[in-house]
Amino acid sequence: MNHVHPLAKVKGTGSAKSGVHHWWMQRLTAIALVPLTIWFVGSMLGLTAGDNAVLAVRVWLAEPLNGVLLLAWVIAMIYHGQLGMQVIIEDYIHNHVVEVSLQIINKLVAVLAILMTVVTVFKLISGDVS
Amino acid sequence: MTGRPLSPHLQVYKPQLTSMLSILHRASGATLYMASLLMVYWLFALASGSTHADALNSGLTEWWGKIVLYGILFCVYYHLANGLRHLMWDTGKGLDLKTAYMTGWLVVVFSLVATAVTLLMMMGGVQ
Repeated sequence: MNHVHPLAKVKGTGSAKSGVHHWWMQRLTAIALVPLTIWFVGSMLGLTAGDNAVLAVRVWLAEPLNGVLLLAWVIAMIYHGQLGMQVIIEDYIHNHVVEVSLQIINKLVAVLAILMTVVTVFKLISGDVS
Repeated sequence: MTGRPLSPHLQVYKPQLTSMLSILHRASGATLYMASLLMVYWLFALASGSTHADALNSGLTEWWGKIVLYGILFCVYYHLANGLRHLMWDTGKGLDLKTAYMTGWLVVVFSLVATAVTLLMMMGGVQ
């Protein structure tokens, strides 16, 4: 459905159709983060009893379901955090050049962090636990 | 920026529970974003061998590492609980003053108690 007259669009007063995307993705990731965060904190609390914390985490990650949920959690979290940081930059940085630069850095850091997560979790899942 | 008068801003308003919790939501969110990047580094350390991971873990046994970890934990519980409050508001419920204050205090109590309980569980387990 499009309620905007084409003339309004041409004049630059029409919707870019991205107005609700930020809001929607922030809520979607928030909803996903509720159970995932509780799961992660609970899992970590269950692990801390061991002598070797690093080994305990690697053994825990060797279970595929844990790897999948961990990936989902970290990716949703970074996406959500990136959306929030974007708004903080929009709100407080009034110098246009600085603002756009920070927005670019924010997006690139988020993408890099997600890629690092995917590669490292995949390595931890498929690698030997030793 | 053009010297025009600005509308009344934060400094003219009395601090209230609702406004304090609102800014704390943003502050805890920004903190958690930094923490999530630290989390990615922790995963990276685990994947690239135990020396990185050991270094990170030994940082957690220092007093400042513990304060950082406990601070992050509080932010997790606070942002989680207050985030649920926001999701409730998104449905149009709980926006009246009385309910907003009630859920606000609920969030404060929950995040403090949950942090304390988690600390006790960690002290009972980790060494």
